[in-house]
Amino acid sequence: MAVVKLSSGYNIGVPPSSCTCIEQSVPAPSRSRVVNKTEGLPDLSIISTGGTIASRIDYRTGSVSSQFDASDILTAIPELAQIANYRTLPLAAILSENMTPVIWQELARAVYTEIKNDAAGIIVTHGTDTMAYSAAAISFMIDTPVPIIFVGSQRSADRPSSDNTMNAVCAAAAATGDLGEVAVVMHATTNDDTCAIHRGTRVRKLHTSRRDAFQSVGLPAIGSVAYPSRAVALTTDAVRRGSHTLALHDNLEPHCALLQFYPGMSPDLIRAYEGYKGLVLSGTGLGHVSTLLIPAITKLIEAETLVVMTSQCMHGRVCDRVYDTGRDLLNAGVIEGGDMLPEVAFVKLMWVLGNVKDKTKAAVMMQTDLKGELNRRSAHGL
Amino acid sequence: MDYKALGLVAGIEIHQQLDTKEKLFCHCPTKLREVNEHSGEFFRYLRATESEMGEIDRAAKEEMKRDRKFQYYTYDTTCLVENDEEPPAPLNDEALSVCLTIGKMFGMTAIPQIHVMRKLVIDGSNTSGFQRTALVAVKGVLPNGGEIETICLEEEAAQRVKDDLFSLDRLGIPLIEITTSPCMHTPEEVQKVAEYIGMVLRSTGKVKRGIGTIRQDVNISIASGARVEIKGVQELDLIAEVVKREVQRQQALLAIRDELRGRNASVSHAATQDVTGLFKETKSTVLKKAKRIMAITLKGFEGFVGREIQPGRRLGSEMSDYAKKCGVGGIFHTDELPAYGVTEEEVTMLRSHMHAEEQDCVIIVSGAHEKQAACALNQVIIRAGMALSDTPVPEETRKMLEDGSTAYMRPLPGAARMYPETDVLPVIIGKERWDAVILPELLTHKAKRYAKDYAIDLNYALQLAASDKLPLFERAVSEKIKPKLAAFTLLSTATELRREGVEIRTVSDESYLAIWHAVENGRTAKEAVPALLRSIAAGSTADAALAELAPAISRAELEIVVKKIIASRSDFVKEKGKATLGPLMGLVMEEVRGSVDGKLVSEILRKEIDAAVADKNR
Repeated sequence: MAVVKLSSGYNIGVPPSSCTCIEQSVPAPSRSRVVNKTEGLPDLSIISTGGTIASRIDYRTGSVSSQFDASDILTAIPELAQIANYRTLPLAAILSENMTPVIWQELARAVYTEIKNDAAGIIVTHGTDTMAYSAAAISFMIDTPVPIIFVGSQRSADRPSSDNTMNAVCAAAAATGDLGEVAVVMHATTNDDTCAIHRGTRVRKLHTSRRDAFQSVGLPAIGSVAYPSRAVALTTDAVRRGSHTLALHDNLEPHCALLQFYPGMSPDLIRAYEGYKGLVLSGTGLGHVSTLLIPAITKLIEAETLVVMTSQCMHGRVCDRVYDTGRDLLNAGVIEGGDMLPEVAFVKLMWVLGNVKDKTKAAVMMQTDLKGELNRRSAHGL
Repeated sequence: MDYKALGLVAGIEIHQQLDTKEKLFCHCPTKLREVNEHSGEFFRYLRATESEMGEIDRAAKEEMKRDRKFQYYTYDTTCLVENDEEPPAPLNDEALSVCLTIGKMFGMTAIPQIHVMRKLVIDGSNTSGFQRTALVAVKGVLPNGGEIETICLEEEAAQRVKDDLFSLDRLGIPLIEITTSPCMHTPEEVQKVAEYIGMVLRSTGKVKRGIGTIRQDVNISIASGARVEIKGVQELDLIAEVVKREVQRQQALLAIRDELRGRNASVSHAATQDVTGLFKETKSTVLKKAKRIMAITLKGFEGFVGREIQPGRRLGSEMSDYAKKCGVGGIFHTDELPAYGVTEEEVTMLRSHMHAEEQDCVIIVSGAHEKQAACALNQVIIRAGMALSDTPVPEETRKMLEDGSTAYMRPLPGAARMYPETDVLPVIIGKERWDAVILPELLTHKAKRYAKDYAIDLNYALQLAASDKLPLFERAVSEKIKPKLAAFTLLSTATELRREGVEIRTVSDESYLAIWHAVENGRTAKEAVPALLRSIAAGSTADAALAELAPAISRAELEIVVKKIIASRSDFVKEKGKATLGPLMGLVMEEVRGSVDGKLVSEILRKEIDAAVADKNR
C-alpha cells in the first residue's frame, strides 16, 4: 500500500495503482544547529551510539529507528545547555541489539580520547536493550578519573512523554558530579522525579518497557539525581572523581559465549563451544547444570576453554560446594563466578582472556573484583 | 435572526464512547471507576515534540507556555499501557467493527488500509502526550443532504479530576469521532443533525450510554468571522444555544473591531510598564500576592474591553483566557475597575502613570515572577492586536461553559499535530470484510415496528427504542412477556420509582424478568410490580421479594378469603349486589397483598356476590 498524508494530518494506505504523482517535493534543507558555549560550565562529551533517546521515525520501514546525532539531542533538550558545554561525537546509529564487541572497543577508544582531551565527564547515549553489557565492557576497558555515564530512554524521544529529557538532564548532572566510574543513569521510578545512578557492572534491564527498567542487582544504586533540581547524591560505595588514573585496555577475546542452562539441555550444546576460549554458564540455583552435561564440560575444559559458573537466579552468589553436582563441576575445573551477573561475567571473561593469556592467572582474575562487579560479601541483605 | 443572511456555516464532530469489552489499545475493561477507588498514582512532565515533518504544532506550543506537572490515578482496571509504560496492543478489532458498521450505515467508503496516528495533546489528558486516532471511513450522507466527512476511531482521553490531576480509568476507551461537513445553516439544524447521528449510533447497540459518553464539538463561522471549534457540548439541548451565542460573539467582535478602528485605536508594545511599585499598599489580595505587576495602555480601547460579547463574557474575558496560558489567574482592566479590592485612587494613579487618556483602557497582569507576568502581558497584547486586525475573530478551539457561552482553550490545531503511531501496525480493510458488515435496524424503524406489532403508543415505542433497557425489552418479548407489561414497567414504573429516590438502576435484568414471569403466570399481579421493584432495589432478591410481598395463594385459599370478606359484609353485599364488586376487590387485593391476578379475584368475587345475592332472594 502507498501511504498518503492528508491535509488533516491523517495517513491512509491506498493501493499504489490508485495514486497519481502530481509533483515531487524537494526535501527541506536541514536546519543549522548552533550550540552556544557558556563560559564557566564544565566540558562534557556526548558520544552517541543510537537508541530510543535519539530515535526518529524511519519512513522506509515506518518504525522507530536511531538516526539522530548528539547535536540533535542538544537541540531537542535545551535544558542541557544550562549544565555544561558539549562536544558531540556520533560513533554509531544503531539499535542496541545490533551492538557488537568491536563497537565496544571503538567506544572505549573514543571515550579514552575524549577524557584525554580534558572532558570533565562522558555521556554515552545508548539503546537500552544492551546498555548494561556496554557499560560493563567500558568499565573493564577503561580506568577512568571522571564519570562515564550511559543513558537511554525507554519511551521514544518523539513522544511528549518520553523519558529522554529527564534522563539526559540527570546524566549530564551526574557527569559533572563527583563520580569517578562507569554508571548507568535512568529513571528510578515511574515518576519524573529521580534518576538512579547504577554501577556499570551491577545493573540490569529488569523490565521490557517501564521507565524504571534499570535496577542495580546485588548492590544498591550508587547514587541518585533529583529532578528538576538536578541535585546529585552519591553513596559511600560510589568511586569518587579522580580516584583513578586514565588508562585504556581495549583488548577483548571474541571467542567467548554465554549459555543459559535449562532442564533437558543436550550435551551437544556444550560441545558446540568446542574451540572457544571462554564460556560462561548461567546455571540454576547455587550454580548447577545437569550431571549429564559434566562429561562434555570436562572435555571442553581439557581443551583449554575457561568455563565460569554463574546463576540464573536474579540475586545471590554461586556455591558449588554444597551439592554433589556442584562438586563434580568444580572437579571438572569450572570456575565459580561469585555473585557476578551472568552477562557481566561474560563481558569480563572476554576482557580477561583478551588481556591475560595464562589460564590459571585468568581464572584468578575472574574471581577477583576488578570494577565493582564482584562483591566479596553478600551485604545489604541482597 | 436570519442566520442564512449572516452566512452561518456550522459542522459538528460527535465523539461517542463505544461499549466494547476491552480498550482500544490494551486489554483493560472499558469500565469507569470512582476516584476514591484508585490504587496508585504517579506524575510526569510533558513536552511538545516535532512532527515527522519537523514542525511543532501551534496548539501544542500554546500549552507549552508553562511547565506543567501532571498527576495520574491508576486502578486495578488499568495497566501499563495507560501509564505510557508499555507499547500499545494491536487495534481493538471489536471497536473497528463497530466503526465499520456505523460507516456503512451512513453510506461511507472505508479506507483501504487504516493507519493509526498520534495526535499531539499535551494538556495532560493523555499520559503519552498524544491521542491515538485512525481515519476509518470517508464521505457519508446525512438526511439534510449534508455530508459526513470522516469517521475516525480514537482513544478516549483521561478524565480530569481537578486541575492537573487525571484519572486513567477512562483513558483508552474506544471513541468514534464523526465529523460532518460544514453543511448546517441554522442553530436548530445543527441540533437536529446531532440528534440524528446520535440515534444512528445508538442503533448499533454498541455504544455507551449516560452523561459524558457522547460529546459534541461544534464548528461555527459566520461571514467575515472565522472557524471556531467549541468542544465538549454534552447536552444535545444546548447545541442550538451554543451556536446562537457563538454567532452573537462573532458579530460582537466584528462590531468592536469596526468601532475601534473608528477611534483609531492601537496596540503597542511600547505602552507597557512594570507597575509593581504602584500597588505596594494595595488592599487587593491578588495584587498583594503578586511578585510582579505589569500594565499596558490600549489606545482607544476604553469601554470595549468591558463590553459584553455573549452572556457573561467580555472582550476582557478573551484577553484573560489568553493570559491564563502563562499560569496567571487572569487580568484586571480599567473598564471594570475600581473593583476586586483595587481602589478609585489606585486606578487614577495607574491611569496617570500609564499616560492613559480618556478613551484608553489600561490592563494589568500580575505574576509570581517576571517571566510569568511578561508572558501574560504578551498574550494580552496578542489578543488585543487581534481585536483590531482584519480577522477580529481568531480561529480557536474553545470550551463550552455551563450555560452555553464559551471560553478560549487554544488555537485551532494544524496538521503538524499528527504523526504516525509506529507501534501499531496498519490494518487492511478488504472488500470481504466490508461486504460482511451487517447493518442494524435504525431505532426509528424499530420504534415504528414495535408500535405496530405490539400495539403500543408510538411515542412510547420511540422512548423504548432510545432506552438503554431496549435489550431487556427484546429479551422479555422473546420470553413471551406481554410487550405492554414490559414497556410500562421500564418506561413508566421505573421512572416513577426513580423520581421517588428508589435506586432502580441496581435492579438487574434477571430480576425484571423474574417479576414479569411471575405476573404472566399468575404468581403475582401487575399491581404488585412497584412494591417488588422497590424491595429489590433496597437489596432484596427477586425470589425473596416475591415470597414476602406476593405469597403464593391457591384458588381454594383465595375463595376462602373472598367468602370470609363477603360474609363479614353480607348485609352490604345483599343490599347493593354487583355494585360492591369494586370496593370488595380492593379489600381482597389488600388481604392477598397483590399476589394474585386481579382477573381471578374479580371472577371469584362475581361468583360469590352472585351467590350471596341469590341467597338473599331465595
